[in-house]
Amino acid sequence: MREIKEYTAGEDLIIKTSVRLLVPFIQLFGLYVIVHGHYSPGGGFQGGVLLGASFILLALAYNIKTSQEYLSIGVNALFSNLGPAIFIGVGVLCTVFGGLFLDYSALDLLIPLGPVEWRSFGIFLIEVGVGLAVMNIMVLLYWNLSSGGNMDEGL
Amino acid sequence: MIWQLDLMILTLVVICALVTINIKDLLGASVVFGIYSFLMCLLWAEMGAVDVAFTEATVGAGVSTIFFISAILRTTRRSKD
Amino acid sequence: MKALALLATLMTGALLLYGTRDFPAWGDPQSPASSYLSPVYIEQAVQQTHVPNLVTAVLGDYRGYDTMFETVVIYCAGMAVVSVLRRNREE
Repeated sequence: MREIKEYTAGEDLIIKTSVRLLVPFIQLFGLYVIVHGHYSPGGGFQGGVLLGASFILLALAYNIKTSQEYLSIGVNALFSNLGPAIFIGVGVLCTVFGGLFLDYSALDLLIPLGPVEWRSFGIFLIEVGVGLAVMNIMVLLYWNLSSGGNMDEGL
Repeated sequence: MIWQLDLMILTLVVICALVTINIKDLLGASVVFGIYSFLMCLLWAEMGAVDVAFTEATVGAGVSTIFFISAILRTTRRSKD
Repeated sequence: MKALALLATLMTGALLLYGTRDFPAWGDPQSPASSYLSPVYIEQAVQQTHVPNLVTAVLGDYRGYDTMFETVVIYCAGMAVVSVLRRNREE
């Protein structure tokens, strides 16, 4: 605990201002990477890490409390459980509608878009699940590691 | 694939790996490990595996360096051996 | 002891480098990996899934189990860190 004080650099106006300007663009780029993963490099994992990194940057430049105003602990816990649940839920839903596990073309019985179109859309659904899980677990790891489990102050 | 560029990046990767093992300052070791990850990202991108390069740039060079630093701040900074 | 460790490391590295001599060349179209399964993906992925990015098609559709357990691994890492480090304020 006493080691922390030694390295705390304090708050800096230039860093805070530039982070405040930078964070919305990082989040927009993360969303773009998730939803445009069908056409360009990227996907749920990379976009989720980018979205999580934006909140980590906020916690680095300001403090952990400020990042928890934008992503509260309850919402974080809810989303980090919801991500894998979406992924596995889509797979189970495929078996309910008569296909194999994670065979998205079976979901055609739910909303008739065509089996091929459903395979494309099912990939998008699981990418959203992966993105939610990765984003919230990265933020959760940073909060716990940097504050030693108190989730209130650190770095 | 340009083999001169490959050889240059690979040499830097090996140098960064050796520095990461041998350096006494743990904070410096984690920063050099971030450089190593970024060079690996350049290598992947240069060999045509753009998705892997993207993952390496975000996870390896970005987030894991922050995790290392925030874990090191909970310990003493210099290694004892 | 240190010299022995260096010797063991160098021997293992030499063996691994010797093993890479039998690898196919980089991007070789005749190599076993790219002569059976890869052509199927390259020819049919766009028709079967309507996803132009082949990597996303393989990761999300053909190899969905891999991606699912990758997410589960990340989830387990987060839960492990939380269960080890997290402290409640009352204590």
